Amino acid sequence: MAVSILHRATGIALSIAGLGLLTWWLLAIAEGEDAYLRFAKLGASPVGLIVLIGLTWSFFQHLLSGVRHLVMDSGAAFELETNKRFAILTIAGSLILTIVTWVYILGGRP
Amino acid sequence: MSLGKSATPLGKVRGLGSAGEGGEHWITERVTSIALLLLGIWLFASLLLLPKLDRQTIIEWLRAPSAAVPMALLVVVAFRHALDGVKVVVDDYVHEPGRNFAWNLFLLFLAVAGGALALYALATICFGTVR
Repeated sequence: MAVSILHRATGIALSIAGLGLLTWWLLAIAEGEDAYLRFAKLGASPVGLIVLIGLTWSFFQHLLSGVRHLVMDSGAAFELETNKRFAILTIAGSLILTIVTWVYILGGRP
Repeated sequence: MSLGKSATPLGKVRGLGSAGEGGEHWITERVTSIALLLLGIWLFASLLLLPKLDRQTIIEWLRAPSAAVPMALLVVVAFRHALDGVKVVVDDYVHEPGRNFAWNLFLLFLAVAGGALALYALATICFGTVR
């Protein structure tokens, strides 16, 4: 239930903020060095980082709960215990992947 | 639609059954989700594996067909999947036919315009003279 709502919320966030940012990023690269530096500076600001980390988590949560929905579309994993464990796994997985990603980025990628 | 209590069982279900459409939308949403699973992981891994994220590095990367083609596919498939997904939410919450149509029309235009803008930027990067 909660994971289903998260799937919608993260889907809307990715649709608006995610695709908006992807388009903005491509436009900034196309426009020139100054536009790209402005974009990169905003991305590295506190608000920019919060948005980027939030989108990273949304990406992984939507990806994992999306896989869960695909499995359930096949008719599998409807047993209460399995279903609940699967739902919790998507949350744990998305949090772990987000943390690993940002430790890698902020830890000065090798 | 109002049905009197005297309606026969057949009369009750007439006009209340399956809309007779929507199956294709459902399948499309799942097909694009599987494509995005691959393309999303590709973009994510690529960005993390690039040596630097400065503009020159990204331009060089995007100008190679090995990145330009998946990026173009990602833009098209992601905007389509977003449109299909948000439509489900709109259809769940906006029931009045006029408002429902207006919302879906607005989101369709937004998705097509956004996708076109992203593809235009990508084409400029790949084929333009900007350095």
